[in-house]
Amino acid sequence: MQLDDLYRRVIMDHYKNPRNRGTLDEQAVTINLNNPTCGDRIQLQLQVEGDVVKQAKFTGEGCSISMSSASMMTEAVKDKTLGEALAMAEKFSSFIKGEQVEFDENEDIEALSGVSKFPARIKCATLAWNALRKGIEQQS
Amino acid sequence: MNIEAIREQFPILHQNINGHPLVYLDSAASSQKPRSVIDAVKRYYELDNANVHRGVHTLGSRATDAYEGAREKVRALLNAASAQEIIFTRGTTTALNLVASSYARSVCGEGDEIVLTAMEHHSNLIPWQQVAKATGATLKYIPLQEDGTLRIEDVEQTITDRTKIVSVVYVSNVLGVINPIKEITAIAHRHGAKMVVDGAQSTPHMKVDVRDLDCDFYAFSGHKMCAPTGIGALYGKKELLEQMEPVEFGGEMIDHVDLYDSTWKELPWKFEGGTPIIAGAVGLGAAIDFLNEIGLDEIARHEHELTTYAYNRLSEVNGITIYGPEQDRAGLVTFNLDDVHPHDLATVLDTKGIAIRAGHHCAQPLMRWLEVSSTARASFYLYNTEEDVDRLVDALHQTKEFFGYAIG
Repeated sequence: MQLDDLYRRVIMDHYKNPRNRGTLDEQAVTINLNNPTCGDRIQLQLQVEGDVVKQAKFTGEGCSISMSSASMMTEAVKDKTLGEALAMAEKFSSFIKGEQVEFDENEDIEALSGVSKFPARIKCATLAWNALRKGIEQQS
Repeated sequence: MNIEAIREQFPILHQNINGHPLVYLDSAASSQKPRSVIDAVKRYYELDNANVHRGVHTLGSRATDAYEGAREKVRALLNAASAQEIIFTRGTTTALNLVASSYARSVCGEGDEIVLTAMEHHSNLIPWQQVAKATGATLKYIPLQEDGTLRIEDVEQTITDRTKIVSVVYVSNVLGVINPIKEITAIAHRHGAKMVVDGAQSTPHMKVDVRDLDCDFYAFSGHKMCAPTGIGALYGKKELLEQMEPVEFGGEMIDHVDLYDSTWKELPWKFEGGTPIIAGAVGLGAAIDFLNEIGLDEIARHEHELTTYAYNRLSEVNGITIYGPEQDRAGLVTFNLDDVHPHDLATVLDTKGIAIRAGHHCAQPLMRWLEVSSTARASFYLYNTEEDVDRLVDALHQTKEFFGYAIG
């Protein structure tokens, strides 16, 4: 196990300078999710117009893996349809278990590939994506 | 105390984790097991296994003797007056739930009070929340001082004549605070309240005398004191246990069964429905023998020295925040490192073979009181050495360097 495989520079950049950190107005779909085993928590807000996620924002507390994953996810789902976002969430869940998957437009996400070698940390990476799934379920 | 000889008795400690010799600093979550405990459980299954309290055959008698022999060892460990006052449970959580579900629900009503502290583990918090919801009783909290300790004046202010139950942890699993249980018990009794003690973190590490404390109930887990998981015990004063109803009904706990009604066995068996955790109890008995042979006072002294050493060495690390009192603390140090989340820290340490706990330690209200979402914790037991502490401190420096570079 090499630490550099896990903590890539891209991850630390998203952790230190999170994209889309903040809140949206009350009309936004709001999901609160905890990771009860470790205390991480996220609030994800989705501004959905018609079938399209116009914007996603998050607040929360957690480790570098969970917060950078949230940052990357909110970038990736912007302007995607709910169906596309859900497909991406499913793709992420195979990816984080170690399957070879590419995220063409959002290659930052691929920096999380090392997480699959740290089983105890997979739940950190999936927290934001689980919040996304919940939000999509609420919407449809 | 010869630490090397003690370490020799713990097979699990002698392995490499991620290419480094294991440093196990998570005994407050669960301790490791000595050979004598592992062998006792194995021997029980290889030679004596049968169900208890019913066999006419030899194995049944041996299993019963082994199980009841373990109960006597627990009695002696806690200095209880009678083995009838020792009920085997799955652990501290089950023991506290038994007091809450049986005793507390029968004595609490609208307007009565249950007094706790903000440092309680979830297992000594949620059962009482449930009692309060079901009975209309109110939960009250003894406030904490800045270093996490309790002040007797605050205990006196919080407990009133409406208080039915006071339930307090003996040793905090986060702060390392050792609470003045004997004094709190005396105050509780002055107001006619019963005293419940969460002994999960005290029993493995120090001599406990329930008659000297005069507490009414005392709960602990075996797995934090060298015994297997799945076994623990509740001590209760006989007159209280006698007035309590069982919470689990079925085999083993009955006296006479009719189609429409039944009667219960005498203490302690009326609380032990179903085939008990016999091998676990045997393992707990072996763990008590093991700890007694070394001496709990010796173990406490070793841990005190090691914790003082760890506290001082950790204090030298730049950007560290240590929680809890500086003096008079139990064998654990809870801390955070600036700019490194505890999960990230625990992962980095794991790659260096060092096992610590990171998270909320099942004490979310206490985390809020500390104004953190989670912390890292290194906890010590009889097999830990100054070298373990040195490895931890070195790794913390390396972690800071790594994250300093990675964050840039």
